[in-house]
Order: sequence, then structure tokens, then C-alpha cells
Amino acid sequence: MNIQVTVNGKSHEKEVDPRLLLVHFLREDLGLTGTKIGCDTSQCGACVVKMDGVTVKSCTCLAVQADGSEITTIEGIATNGELHPVQEAFWEKHGLQCGYCTAGMIMTTVELLEKNPDPSEDQVREGLKGNICRCTGYQNIVRAVLAAAEAQRS
Amino acid sequence: MFATEFEYKKASSISEAIQLLSSNEGAKILAGGHSLLPMMKLRLARPTMVIDIGGIEEMRGISVENGTLRIGALTTHAQIADSHVVQEAAGILWETAYGIGDPQVRNRGTIGGNVSHADPASDLPTVLTVVDAKFTIQGQGGITRRGSRTVSAGDFFVGPFTTVLAENEVLTAIEIPVLAENQKAEYAKMAHPATSFAVVGAGVVLTVDNNNVCTAARVAVGGLTPTPTRGPSVEAALVGKELTDENIAAATALIDGDLGSDILGDIFASAEYRRAMAAIELKHAIFHATGLAHH
Repeated sequence: MNIQVTVNGKSHEKEVDPRLLLVHFLREDLGLTGTKIGCDTSQCGACVVKMDGVTVKSCTCLAVQADGSEITTIEGIATNGELHPVQEAFWEKHGLQCGYCTAGMIMTTVELLEKNPDPSEDQVREGLKGNICRCTGYQNIVRAVLAAAEAQRS
Repeated sequence: MFATEFEYKKASSISEAIQLLSSNEGAKILAGGHSLLPMMKLRLARPTMVIDIGGIEEMRGISVENGTLRIGALTTHAQIADSHVVQEAAGILWETAYGIGDPQVRNRGTIGGNVSHADPASDLPTVLTVVDAKFTIQGQGGITRRGSRTVSAGDFFVGPFTTVLAENEVLTAIEIPVLAENQKAEYAKMAHPATSFAVVGAGVVLTVDNNNVCTAARVAVGGLTPTPTRGPSVEAALVGKELTDENIAAATALIDGDLGSDILGDIFASAEYRRAMAAIELKHAIFHATGLAHH
């Protein structure tokens, strides 16, 4: 089936098998490997991308369901080589260790701060419920999100 | 993980979806995909055709009219959790929606898809049963006389992953009576820590007079039984009583007798344990509903 998807501002038209998952489409058909595959069961959040303005787990979405939609991946949030404030904060606060969960964490954080620009620590932890990190114990991730919130407000 | 091969069709209207369902044996409806796709990836479901109804706008939306809250089946959990209309009309549903899964699951998962999937561990079947929701089902002939029928939530769920939906029928909307000022409704659950699914969930709708006496009660528990289970013994024991700690404890203990013998158990929580937790979660729900929550 033929689909048209706009990814990070660029339109793509591709022939895909209906059972192809969005995450495979992004990684293998478009070469955007910043989005990771973790659990493949919609629990870990490594594959989170934005679709038509809201975050989704791209392992639980068919590429054909994304037909006509606008998608943003981790590759698409920096502008003119300048890191997004959330990327900057994760770097600054070292909100990662191995980095596997980071793309998903950052995409979730971008939406979280759009909905709530001044979250409490509890709200950050609640908002990151769908993203699992097996290294950090979350402390620096939460610090990074709070720092990003502050940076974006000022 | 990849599903088995299937034909993909995007329906642009409810009637087109029903037409496709009726003429293709083994076809399945895809809404938000957060129940069906995981099943297909594990190959527990192998539909020959997937009919995507995600683009049918008439199946989305939230409105209140004549004391009834109407929610289109394609409305997502996030849209319900973000809706002030739902918050005011049926706070129990509003809060429950926020407790489902995680932000991404709520962004894609739909109320109609959730209940059509009929997972015993899901919160919505229990909550919709206790608020006496009515499900609008559309189909073509057969039991769907004149194209549509209405089924109460209490009659909709038949067993685990089984509902009264016939093969050519689609759930299109859910209607909930707007709660009155003197009605207190609450849902409490013991959530599975990884998935937020209900190990045991309990919902209550209590009508309470000015003297804190319960004049009407509906209670239901889920998660531990194949389908949501009403608690007639608990309801009878609550009505006419003042809602004190003692009376609530005595009434909720009676849920045990309403549960029947078919109790679900797994490696995480045994049937015996879940049975013991039913009264506890029910008590929590009533405490929260009546403002008695002190723990």
C-alpha cells in the first residue's frame, strides 16, 4: 500500500506492507535510527515519536495508520544545528547513561512541557511513566526535565 | 514482532466499516490499535483483514445533552482525561481515564476499542458498569434491528475478551447518565505496577442525603472476575445506612459472597489474594467517594 508521511518537515511517499510497524518504517525505510526499539510491546517508550502533535509509541502503530500524518522524531527537534532546550538539558544534567531510552525520554518530555510548562517533580515522574530507563534510576532524568522546563520558561 | 499478513482497509464511514465487516470473514476493526495490535504482534489475533476506522470523525467527540454524557467510541483516553465536560458530568470516568496506561497509551487508546477488547484487567468495563452506561452498537440486520441497538454495560461483557458484539457490529458511542449533585462516584484499584492494569478494581456510585445516609447504591468490582461483577449484597447493606467507617466496613465485606467461584489469578496475584483485596478496594472507593479517606 502506498502511504505519504511528512517526517521532520519532509514529505515521503513509500510503498509499504500493511503489517509494517511505524518504528520499522522510520528506522529502515527512512534511515532515522534515532528512534529505538526496546520492548516492542508498548511499555518501554524507547520508540516514542510525535504524530500529529501527540506522542505515540511507534511500535504500536502501523505505518499505514500514519498515512497523511505529520511525524517528528528525535532527529527533527533541533533547529539549525542548535539543540532543542530539552536535548540541551539532558546533556547538561547528564540525564542518561547508555542513552538507549534517551530519544523516547526527550520526545515525551517535549510533549509533557507543552502541556504543562511548570511541572512539579511528581508530575514529571507521572509524565514519564511510559518511558523506562534501566540505567539511571531516573534522578538525573527528572533533574533534566525540570531544568528544561525552567530554561523554556525563561 | 510482526503480525501475520492481512489486508488493510481504511473505512471512511460507519456504514462502510459495517459493510466491510459483513462481507469479509475474519476481518477485525482497528481503532487506536492499543489492544488489537499487541494481540496481532503476539499472533494471538490473526485477522485476514484489518478495517481502520481511525479516520471516521463522526465517531469522535464528547457532549452533554438532556442529562446524558455522550462519548464517541473513537475518543481517546487522553481526550477524556483532558475534558472538563467529562470532569463535571462523570468525574469517576475522567479520573479513571487518567489512570490508564501511560501518556502515549492514552494518546492512542480509545474508549470504544478498550471495551470492545473486554480485557478483564481493564478499568473501563468496571467503571462503565457501575455508572450504568449504555453502549450504542451499529450493524446490519440480524440482531441489530433497524441498524442499531443499545446494550447496557452490565450486559455487554460476556467473558474475558468476549462481548455481545456480533461479527458484523461496531460499537459507535457510549452514553452515561450525568451524575447528580448528591451522587458520589469513585473508582479505586490495585494497579499492576508495570502496566497500570487493575489487579482488582472497584467502582461505586452512592446517593447520599443531607444526613450522610446512603439512599441508593451501585457497586461493581473487576480485574479479578471474568467480567465486571456487581455487588447486590453490598448495595443492599449500604442503602438506608449512615456512611460511617463501621457501616462501610460491614457492607463491603459482603462482596465476597457476590463474587462467585470463577476468580482469576496469576503469578503476580493469586485468586485467593485478589478475592481478599476486593473488599479492601471497595472500601477505598467508598472512603474516597464520601470524603472519609484518611489513609
